Amino acid sequence: MAVVFERPKSLCDVPLHYCPGCTHGIVHRLVAEVMDEMGIEGNTVGVCPVGCSVMAYDYFGCDMIEAPHGRAPAVATGVKRTNPDKFVFTYQGDGDLAAIGTAETVHAATRGENIVVIFINNTIYGMTGGQMAPTTLPGQVTQTTPFGRNPELAGYPVRVCEMLSTLTGVALAQRVAVDSVPHVREAKKAIRKAFENQKEKKGFSIVEVLSTCPTNWGLTPTDALKRLRDEMIPYYPLGVYKDSVAGGND
Amino acid sequence: MKGNEALAEAAMRAGCKCFFGYPITPQTELAAYMAKRMQKNGGVFLQAESEIAAINMVLGAASTGVRAMTSSSSPGISLKSEGISYIAGSDLPCVIINVERGGPGLGGIQPSQADYWQATKGLGHGDFHLLVYAPASVQEMVDMVINAFDKADTYRMPAMILADGLLGQMMEPVTFPEVEPKVYDKSSWAADGHKGQREHHIINSLYLTPEALEKTVVDRFAKYDIIKEKETDAECYLTDDADIVVCAFGATARVVKSAVNEAREQGIKVGMFRPKTLWPFPVKEICKATESASKILSVEMSMGQMVDDIKLAINCSKPVEFFGRTGGVIPTPAEVLAKIKAMGGNN
Repeated sequence: MAVVFERPKSLCDVPLHYCPGCTHGIVHRLVAEVMDEMGIEGNTVGVCPVGCSVMAYDYFGCDMIEAPHGRAPAVATGVKRTNPDKFVFTYQGDGDLAAIGTAETVHAATRGENIVVIFINNTIYGMTGGQMAPTTLPGQVTQTTPFGRNPELAGYPVRVCEMLSTLTGVALAQRVAVDSVPHVREAKKAIRKAFENQKEKKGFSIVEVLSTCPTNWGLTPTDALKRLRDEMIPYYPLGVYKDSVAGGND
Repeated sequence: MKGNEALAEAAMRAGCKCFFGYPITPQTELAAYMAKRMQKNGGVFLQAESEIAAINMVLGAASTGVRAMTSSSSPGISLKSEGISYIAGSDLPCVIINVERGGPGLGGIQPSQADYWQATKGLGHGDFHLLVYAPASVQEMVDMVINAFDKADTYRMPAMILADGLLGQMMEPVTFPEVEPKVYDKSSWAADGHKGQREHHIINSLYLTPEALEKTVVDRFAKYDIIKEKETDAECYLTDDADIVVCAFGATARVVKSAVNEAREQGIKVGMFRPKTLWPFPVKEICKATESASKILSVEMSMGQMVDDIKLAINCSKPVEFFGRTGGVIPTPAEVLAKIKAMGGNN
């Protein structure tokens, strides 16, 4: 019988710990498929964050490093600068990348570090049980915004791709989603492009993936995908925010 | 050569391939020297956006098996402590330089030894140690940096050179040993790409099962026991017949040596004990060096931190007194001599 669907080689054959309906599994798969297609698993070092994907080191087949909370871009910088022939990527959530790790993110981007950043934006802290993230939408109820996020008290959400697209060192800043098959295909293309950029030494490439957290949103997986579509995409429009050779046309 | 620059040159000669730093007084010349020379030596120099980023760049580079270093001064070391804990918990070798200044808080920029506790007892959360070396001259800074890289690789753990602003800024003649850097096989753990030829390597300090975490810590402490046995080092100066042994490390030991010489000229039986390793503390060595002494004095540029380790080392079997200046004030030989005399060291 012909095999039409199988686990990517770059994804380890172990059970993932993610909650039912969580989209981390999809994004893991896309990254692994890209490594397979480019044949780079043995030449890649991944850096995982603190957060739900902290144990991604057990899932990706390439060598992996577990970074302190928010510091993945700095760890990746240390790897890439001393091993410029290796592919290096970070896999970070919104609390990790856009709150505690803002400085590391912005400065790795502005230096044009030749790395790939996979940024999971699900508008909440998942691992710690559903607190407000820097990307939590106005009005969104979380454990630490029990009456809904009030921007007057808690400030406004950070639009990461828009912010980073102003930096010269950024080669690619693209926001994608994994709520539908066409969007998943688009996400895969963006991740592939980010890794190709690294191969061509173009600089910092970030792919922001709008994702779901059914558990902490208190929604079924289906309703979570609907929320992503109806509430997140209007606030965080999908698209390419920057696509240029580092140091190029700006 | 200036102390800070000698540290940098020695590191490169020891095979240090990358330096990640952030400006802070009084260690600045070290980074500036690296900026000038590291690239020419085929290495990486990068000024990070913060001390936190710098130590995490070290973590990343060290994870791939490269010899990596960062340097800072007291407040910056506090910022690095998160990363140092992760580095220790991930069993990664690296070298960290602390050219101490006065504290707490922003403190001052003059020499201090008030980070002794931090370096030897608590440089980050959790149960762990660093190897801590305390040079007292520019030459020793050179020798200790080279040794620190080797020991860090031998034991797969971070090593620190605990210097101070006086040593960092001091100029002295130095000789660089003509030795090739030792090569350590890191292929069993380095995360540098498996090339399809082995299982993937994971650099990690997370263990969610308490028993699993306990085992990693206990195993690390078994390693520490070997280090305590094998890696202590100290200088004994005129201690054989000394009635009072004055203990001091780093730049303070130079002041103390002057005071001891002066005291000896006045016929006072006094000697000096100088730990070169602060962790592991040279317990056996101090016990031996103080055999003939009736009293011990610890002189430090702090309010008294090493003095605790001295009392523990000799099991409080003799009176241990303390004299120190802090905040960036350097004690004078006259002050130390006066203290020796006040302790009854008159003949």
